[in-house]
Amino acid sequence: MSLTRRDIDNIAHLARLALTEAEIPVYIDSLSRIIELVGELDHAATAGVVPMSHPLPGLTQRQRADAVTESDRHELFQRNAPQAMAGLYLVPKVIE
Amino acid sequence: MHSETVTQLSASLRQRKFSATELTQSLLARVERAQPELNAFISIEAESALAAAAAADRRLAAGDAPALTGIPIAHKDLFCTEGVRTTCGSRMLANFVSPYDATVVARLRAAGSVLVGKTNMDEFAMGSSNETSYFGPVRNPWDLSCVPGGSSGGSAAAVAARLLPATTGTDTGGSIRQPAALCGVTGLKPTYGRVSRFGMVAFASSLDQAGVLARSAEDCALLLGVMAGFDTRDSTSVDAPVPDYRASLDRPLQGLRVGLLQEFFDKGLDPKVEACIRAGLEVLRGQGAQLKEVSLPSLPHSVPTYYVVAPAECSSNLARFDGVRFGHRCENPRDLTDMYERSRGEGFGAEVKRRIMTGTYVLSAGYYDAYYLKAQRVRALIAEDFKRAFTEVDVLVSPTTPTPAFAIGAKMNDPVTMYLNDIYTIGANLAGLPGISVPCGFVGALPVGMQIIGGHFTEERILNVAHRFQLETDWHKRAPEGYR
Repeated sequence: MSLTRRDIDNIAHLARLALTEAEIPVYIDSLSRIIELVGELDHAATAGVVPMSHPLPGLTQRQRADAVTESDRHELFQRNAPQAMAGLYLVPKVIE
Repeated sequence: MHSETVTQLSASLRQRKFSATELTQSLLARVERAQPELNAFISIEAESALAAAAAADRRLAAGDAPALTGIPIAHKDLFCTEGVRTTCGSRMLANFVSPYDATVVARLRAAGSVLVGKTNMDEFAMGSSNETSYFGPVRNPWDLSCVPGGSSGGSAAAVAARLLPATTGTDTGGSIRQPAALCGVTGLKPTYGRVSRFGMVAFASSLDQAGVLARSAEDCALLLGVMAGFDTRDSTSVDAPVPDYRASLDRPLQGLRVGLLQEFFDKGLDPKVEACIRAGLEVLRGQGAQLKEVSLPSLPHSVPTYYVVAPAECSSNLARFDGVRFGHRCENPRDLTDMYERSRGEGFGAEVKRRIMTGTYVLSAGYYDAYYLKAQRVRALIAEDFKRAFTEVDVLVSPTTPTPAFAIGAKMNDPVTMYLNDIYTIGANLAGLPGISVPCGFVGALPVGMQIIGGHFTEERILNVAHRFQLETDWHKRAPEGYR
């Protein structure tokens, strides 16, 4: 199966990835080949097989008491922020 | 000192043959000397390493020294390490300083180990050659024109070149076992859930597992004992007791049922690699193991299954990199969407973008059933095949990789060919099984690895088989010229 430029533009937008013009033909080609590779799965007979989402069957998600276990360390965490001020993360204006 | 294993170093430190400070100084010098040639490290933490070594010497003097006291190690640069840069081999995290320790890091620290640095890796652990790192490729110490394998390439090269006795790694589709094979070291990927994933930068959460690269199965057993165990901060961590993995290492192999994974002795396997594996199997037979061919008919679907499941999980996990709270942000964003798209477009390298887009595609409307659910069904068939095999045999043996290390640049333009490097290792990840790669020969100057896979939580067994193999062979003791 061959993907088109439109497919790549659409996937890149869904994934919120800005691609350069030079990258687009590379991804058209390599993603088409990957989709062809994974298309082999059509040959596997899977009627009635329950999809496996976790490698250890029978393991259930643990729950814990709804209690505060972490201390407030936002100042430390915000040291890694590209832009922060007064304890807030700064982003471009969202609402006009 | 650099030629000693963790087990030997631990004894030497206690016998005061040298101090932890002398050992750390000596290995730091090797690390720094090798760095221009191998590029095995992203960060070298000399100052804090020497401080930790001095603390280790005080503990040794006081007689209050846990197992790994004074042992210099390094972590793959996707383990969050408090106060140290944790880049995941990406421009996206090039300036990220972790505010906390991964559980693996905390446990190895508490056991007295000395952190010397953070090792180079494929970006976000996506790659089989260490060529996708933002910080440049790692070179294989056995042949500098070759890749070390990936994604834990720096960790494998550092152990192979005798820079450090042991390093940590992570394995999502073979990222510990494959570089261990290509660099001639011993690499253990434990059962999914055995070691906490807390503080590991996530790639594919149903496949990722932390493990260890070292020069012997005995050392892997020692480190796994420290790393393994229940952790409330990883909801998939399994609450099961951690055995003393060293206690059963010497157990005789008499009567051991060894399955030869028929599907992996295929046309893609280099005949010279096959000869090494066959010779390795004879060593096991010589110790009383019974060899038996075993067929897992769904196993040839491993690679396509993996390249749906892993990218799908990756596209979801890497959605967190939005340029807001941490990580790279583009210059002068016009609006929020522009900020997301350009920050991610600039921050991620080519292979990471390829995986994110593959995952986005297979999860998108109209394709979810055809690709993602289908792959999860095939994954169930593969897991079932392994389960059936382990009713007939105790362990499965195969080559770790189809060929020895390949030239840097040889496969970078063809992702599908690159993906096929992991053809023998991916199955264990899909089924959540433990696997170990041990050196079992050479093709020319390049090492070959033999993989031993066990059932869930049978690390004791595969370590035992690997250790007995290493008592009879010396492949794991060979060192590359220039690093002896």
